[in-house]
Amino acid sequence: MLQQSLRARLLMAPAILWLLGLMVLPCLMILGLGFFRRGIYGGIDYTFTLENFRLLVDPLYAGILLHSAKIAGLATLIAVIVGYAAAYAIAGAPRRWQGMLLFLAVLPFWSNYLIRTYAWIVLLNREGLVTQGLRFLGHEGEPPAMLYTEGAVVLGLVYNYLPFVILACYAPLSRLNPELAEASRDLGAGAFTTFWRVVLPQTLAGVAAGAVFVFVLSIGNFITPALLGGGKFQMVGNLVYAQFLTANDWPFGAALSMALIAIMTVLLILQARGTARGMGERDA
Amino acid sequence: MLSPGLARGVVLGAVLGFLYIPIAVLVALSFNESGMATVWSGFSVKWYAALLANAEILSAAWNTLVAAVVSTVIATALGTALALGLETRVRKGRAIEALIFAPMIIPDIVLAIALLSFFSLLKVPMGLHTIILAHVVFNLAFVSAVVRARLKTFDWSVTEASSDLGAGGLTTFRRVTLPLILPAVVAGALLSFTLSVDEFIIAFFTAGAGRDSTTLPMQIFAMIRFGVTPEINALAALVMGVSVTAITLAQRLNRGVIAP
Repeated sequence: MLQQSLRARLLMAPAILWLLGLMVLPCLMILGLGFFRRGIYGGIDYTFTLENFRLLVDPLYAGILLHSAKIAGLATLIAVIVGYAAAYAIAGAPRRWQGMLLFLAVLPFWSNYLIRTYAWIVLLNREGLVTQGLRFLGHEGEPPAMLYTEGAVVLGLVYNYLPFVILACYAPLSRLNPELAEASRDLGAGAFTTFWRVVLPQTLAGVAAGAVFVFVLSIGNFITPALLGGGKFQMVGNLVYAQFLTANDWPFGAALSMALIAIMTVLLILQARGTARGMGERDA
Repeated sequence: MLSPGLARGVVLGAVLGFLYIPIAVLVALSFNESGMATVWSGFSVKWYAALLANAEILSAAWNTLVAAVVSTVIATALGTALALGLETRVRKGRAIEALIFAPMIIPDIVLAIALLSFFSLLKVPMGLHTIILAHVVFNLAFVSAVVRARLKTFDWSVTEASSDLGAGGLTTFRRVTLPLILPAVVAGALLSFTLSVDEFIIAFFTAGAGRDSTTLPMQIFAMIRFGVTPEINALAALVMGVSVTAITLAQRLNRGVIAP
C-alpha cells in the first residue's frame, strides 16, 4: 500500500512540478506584480501600492471591463441558444449518425483559431463575399459596414466557441430518459411545457458548463477584437496586451489579468456549486 | 408546422453550414488564380508554390514543427505518467484536480503575460525553448485527460496478474499497460501536436525579440495585420489540413477523444 502510494506520487511529480513552476508560480508572480508601481522608464518600481487595483474601478477601465462583459455575455447567450438547438437536433438523430454529426460539429474547434477568425475577414470585408452576395441580390449603393464592428466581434466569438457548447449540451441530452418526456405529454403538457419543465432542467449542467466556458474565453479574448473589431474599441484582453507590449505598464497589466482570473474563478465555483445542487435535488 | 425530423435537419444543416462555409470559402480561394476574393479566374496552385519560395514562411514552419514535436514528446511522457499516478493514487485530493484543469480554461492572454513576466524577471533569455516550456503546460493537461479517460475503463487485474507472475513495475508497464493504453497515448499526443501547431498568443509573448523564433501562427497574424494577400489563403488551407488530419486520426484511434 505504502509502496503503491509512493509510486503514484513519483509518477505524478514531474507533471505537477511543471505546472507549479510554469503556471502557478508565474501567475502568483503577476499577482504580486500588481501591487507595485510602474517605473519611470516602464520598468517596475518596487514600492507597494494599491493604485493598480484602484484603477480597475476607475470609470475608464471599469467601462472597458463592463463593455467586455457585455460583448462576452451576448456571445454566450447566442452560442448557448444555437448550440443547444444543434445538440438537441443531434441527440434526436438516429443513434448511428450521432457520433459522426457530433464529430463534425466539434472538429472546427480543433483547428487554428486565427485562421477561423481570418475566414470572417474574407467574408465580411468591404469587397468580401457577403457584399458580393448582397449586390447579387439587388442591394445598391454603399455596402453596410460589417467588418470592424461589435457585431463582427460577437459573430467571431460565437463562431469559434459554438462547437464547445454543442459538445457540452449534447452530453446531458443524450443521457436523457425519453420516458420522462413521454410521461409529461401523457399527462397533458404541451411540447413547450414539456421542454421547459422536464427536458431543460435536466440538461442545465451542460448549458452551464458551455456558458461559463464561452464567457470566460470571450471576456479575456484578444485575437477576435484585434482582428474583427479592427482596434476600434478595446476589450480587457487587448488592454492587457497593450500594457505589456506598448504602454509598458506591467503592474497595471498584471492587475487587469488578476481581474480576469478572479472572474473566471467565481464563475467556475458558481457552476460547480450549481451543478452539485442540481444533482442533490435529483437524488432527494 | 415542420415535422420534427425535418426541423432537426434544418437546424443541423444551418449550424454545420455556418461552421464549414467560411472554411470552405478560404480553401476554395487558395486555388483561385487571380488571388482575389471577388473574381474567379481559374484553378491554380501558384499560391502554394509561392509559399514554398518564401524563406520566412519556411523558417516559421520549421520552428513550428520543432516546438510542436518537442513539446508533444515531453507532454506525452509527463501527461501519461500523471494519468497513471492519478488513477492509482491512494488519497484523492481536489487541489490536484483544479491544478490540472486550470491550463485548459485559463485565458491564454493571462498565461502568456504571466510567463513573459516570469521569464523576463528571472532574466531567462527567450526563444523557441521558452515557447516549448510554455506549450508543455497545456499540452500535458490535455494528454493526461485523454489517457485518464482510457484508464477509467482499464482492467487493473491484468497488471496484477503480470506482477504476480514476477514481472517488475517497468516490465509490466512496457509489456502490459502501455500496449493497452497506447491508442489513448497516441491520440493525446496528436491532440497536443495540433494544439501546439495552432497556438498563437502564448508563443507570441514567450518568443522573445527577433525573428529567429517566429512560428507559423505568428507569421499568419502578421500577414493578416499587414493586409489580406492570397498567400495567406494557401497557408491557412495547409495549416487547417494538418489540424484536421491529426484530429481525425486521433478520433479514429481513440473514439471519444474529441467527441463520443
